[in-house]
Amino acid sequence: MAVDRYHLALTELLMQLADDDLVVATRAGEWLGLAPHLEEDVAFSSIAQDEMGHAATYFSLLATIHGGDRDDLAHLRPTMARRNSVMLERPNGRGTYRDEPHFDWAYALARHFFYDTLEIARLDRLVQSAHRPLAEAAAKIRREERYHSQHHAMWLRDIARGGAEYRRRLQIALDRAAADAVDLASVGPMAAEMETFGLLPDASHLGDDWRARVVQALDPLGWSLPPLGGTLNGRHGEHTQDLTLLLRDLGEVYRSSPGASW
Amino acid sequence: MVAAPAARHPRAQQVMAALDQVMDPEMPGVSLVALGMVHAVDVGRERIHISLLPTFVGCPALDVMRAQAVKAVSQATGVEPHEIVVEYTSAVPWTSDRVAPSCYRALTSRGIAPPPRVTENVMTEMPPMACPWCGSTDTESEGVFGPTACRSIYYCRACRNPFEAMKPV
Repeated sequence: MAVDRYHLALTELLMQLADDDLVVATRAGEWLGLAPHLEEDVAFSSIAQDEMGHAATYFSLLATIHGGDRDDLAHLRPTMARRNSVMLERPNGRGTYRDEPHFDWAYALARHFFYDTLEIARLDRLVQSAHRPLAEAAAKIRREERYHSQHHAMWLRDIARGGAEYRRRLQIALDRAAADAVDLASVGPMAAEMETFGLLPDASHLGDDWRARVVQALDPLGWSLPPLGGTLNGRHGEHTQDLTLLLRDLGEVYRSSPGASW
Repeated sequence: MVAAPAARHPRAQQVMAALDQVMDPEMPGVSLVALGMVHAVDVGRERIHISLLPTFVGCPALDVMRAQAVKAVSQATGVEPHEIVVEYTSAVPWTSDRVAPSCYRALTSRGIAPPPRVTENVMTEMPPMACPWCGSTDTESEGVFGPTACRSIYYCRACRNPFEAMKPV
């Protein structure tokens, strides 16, 4: 029985990690060609590429535990089986990347800042995970993530120095991102098992740790962490129509011929 | 530099020599061995097992390098391609400190500065880099992210050329 709970908890954890990165990478990738300037286009697409690589790693680990093929796990699971945070599935702004994309750069930054801060806090724990392949992957991924944090920190500093309009727009973006972030630093119904089995050490303090890190970064710049909101919990498989549409687009080619070698 | 696996077995030496001919598709002249990507080579009677370390997890060149490694090792050893297993592992994280100084010249001749040693400071602030074209250190970071996952963009104020540098990671 204990073995079953172990595998269930590990499956839940890997799904959260894989789904978070798959969705954030997809949204970041939609910025290709639309970022504020050329260097940022290069930077943001590099970040999207890194995150998709991390998702592929987590899906591979998931396939060994859960069974199945990593691409099937990424593309064929229904919306309600997904475990990503709701904040990550929200569109980048009005329009879509194919049709009249009037995206909101401040929102993209606010969301990535919240998520990257979570990723570092989570990876700091995962490097000690009892599931050794996960601990090893986390050690590698954490090295890459430091560049993402550095990048977002630079943007926040620049915006903070940019004047009233810059500061106002970022505040609105932080509010909007936070309005969906109640599930972001939670780990779902198997939190206790994740901690007990050492899969995600100190899982119970992840939320507080994330909050402290966010406040530590925002406070010197004169911003505060807005109240977290949201009526859906992605860790429980509750999602918006936005995720269904994202998955439909992302998996369109794959579903046309599952298992094909492209 | 972290030493490549000791190749005691003559067949293993053959395999390492073959892998040293497999170039990074985005950095011609710089091999998998020079990049420090070879983690282990296990030569059996009929099978060869090679584990490689990905430089960056999401690097799109990984599959190309795997396919080329199989081909090169098969040609060098006569072992059938389907008996050669090349897999990526995270058993130890790849770091830019594994890049062999012997390939620095190949890097600079292509306008890429070799990676600085990894320290805590280097990870939070991009260090000054010597320009691969003129050698000047009067250079500035133009962005942490570059044309590939493992490279950043710099600008040399002395010779007024842009250049790339391998990220310390």
